[in-house]
Amino acid sequence: MENNFEKIEKAAKIRRRISKTFIYLMLSLWALAVLFPFYWMILSSIKSYSSYNSEYIPRFYPADPTFLNYKEAFTGVPLADYFLNTLIFTLITTTLMLLVIVPCAFAFSRMNFRGKNLLFTFFLSLMMIPNELVIITNFVTITNLDMRNTFAGLILPSVTSVFYIYLLKENFSQIPDELYLAAKVDGTSDLKYLLKVMLPICRPTVITVTILKVIECWNSYVWPRLITDDKNYFLVSNGIQEIRENGFGRENIPAMMAAVVVISVPLIILFLIFRKKIMEGVARGGTKG
Amino acid sequence: MEKNNFKAWLYLLPAIIFLAVFLVYPLIDVFIYSFEEGYNSASGSSFGTGIYNYRYVLRDPYFLMALKNTLILVLITVPLSTALALVISLGLSSVKKLRELFQTVYFLPYVTNTLAVGLVFMILFQKTEYSNGLINLILGIFGISPIDFINGPYFAKITVLCIYTVWVVLPFKILLLTSALASVKQDYYNAAMIDNTPKWRVFTKITLPMISPTLFYLIITGFIGAFKAYSDAVALFGTDLNAAEMNTVVGYIYDMLYGDGGGYPSYASAAAIILFAIVLTVTVINLLVSRKHVHY
Repeated sequence: MENNFEKIEKAAKIRRRISKTFIYLMLSLWALAVLFPFYWMILSSIKSYSSYNSEYIPRFYPADPTFLNYKEAFTGVPLADYFLNTLIFTLITTTLMLLVIVPCAFAFSRMNFRGKNLLFTFFLSLMMIPNELVIITNFVTITNLDMRNTFAGLILPSVTSVFYIYLLKENFSQIPDELYLAAKVDGTSDLKYLLKVMLPICRPTVITVTILKVIECWNSYVWPRLITDDKNYFLVSNGIQEIRENGFGRENIPAMMAAVVVISVPLIILFLIFRKKIMEGVARGGTKG
Repeated sequence: MEKNNFKAWLYLLPAIIFLAVFLVYPLIDVFIYSFEEGYNSASGSSFGTGIYNYRYVLRDPYFLMALKNTLILVLITVPLSTALALVISLGLSSVKKLRELFQTVYFLPYVTNTLAVGLVFMILFQKTEYSNGLINLILGIFGISPIDFINGPYFAKITVLCIYTVWVVLPFKILLLTSALASVKQDYYNAAMIDNTPKWRVFTKITLPMISPTLFYLIITGFIGAFKAYSDAVALFGTDLNAAEMNTVVGYIYDMLYGDGGGYPSYASAAAIILFAIVLTVTVINLLVSRKHVHY
């Protein structure tokens, strides 16, 4: 009897171990599938031009690593300019967005005015409008305003996002009324209350929204492509496409990979620092895929 | 609380201006464009209204090719990525060690630049005069002769596009499914364990119903996202997608607007409205199906 029990226990243990092993194997396989392209781009970026092209069967390690490709990436094409443009674009767009959506969310959550609910419902319904429908008119508008190849043309249509207004408003609304009334008694103005009380309390959400917007700006491709054809205004996405099509000469893949690494690194660092915040923010309502 | 109408509108004004100019007005305008025949963006005039733009777009072989590619992409990547994300999330939620590490790694593609990493996929799959490329060398072990996945036959190109799309969309799905799985109450599983319920039954009777809202949300957004596919294709095949036979509907819209074949906002508008009629229909069907099967 006892013997039997031990046997069953043992069999169950083995079965558990097998299934655990299988699960870890599967998880590792997918991790490999995700990481491999990153490994490959770094690997290719430190191979020299001649050794890359002479390897019919590519080596999995660099025979003699070189950083010349990185130098080439910054001198052969205006990568630093693309970088700077993206930085300017991202900073201004994100700042403007915060200046626009914070007061808006505040008005919706804290103030009373006629037609508030109706207007908020209308705002929510705007979330359903796909970008592809409005981009056509925006393109014509910006072209007619002679704002092609300007930062204004790049930035203005990318500023607002109804979804972020919604996120902030929900968060602002969670702050108890008493706090507001107490501030009112003390004679605090609305603006001061917003800046000194609300924003500090809701800092996590504000940070999440900011980071999500930064990622969005850094990776934006379609609008910048439509609105710029002057290299001086290219963002990194357009820059990398330009590099691919007529950058270092089609075949200089190591230099191209160096540019790819340089473009990918800032966001990966940002992600590793704010990992929890980003994943939370996306889980709460990011959409992609 | 007193009504401070004026002040409230002042706070709202910037947002309202931006939304009106870049979201509401364009939405109305796109319908007008789509019915204006022979609109010329240089002179800003048209010579009539009607459904000619729609007829033109529906007969344009480039549009039909784009539509075909998009449909294939939708039909393959949505079920595949959802199923794969489900399997991976189930695996993730059944382990404790290394879980956070795996989660972090799986999320990486979400924060990378699609255009940039697409180039890495291109060199992995590409066959050049110097090398057959890594993927072909691996396939060679299984006795498959080298194929050029980037400039080669149609099925090879669409395969790479599907693989890359799945790679790009999985992080979002895995993230949402793992948090949905984590929120299922342990009580249900404990009750099932007492009853010695078989694993498969636990999955179909407890896990699946509990995560069904998330699952359907992912399917719906997955369909919408896949119908809008564009930059993944650009990343792999370059900007001239028509020549590569890899254009998507969204790509067609942008090509009509701008670029070598561009300057036709009317055709672009008509194509955009056709696309959204399709997306809307699919979404409504999805919602009707989900009403039957989702447990809230």
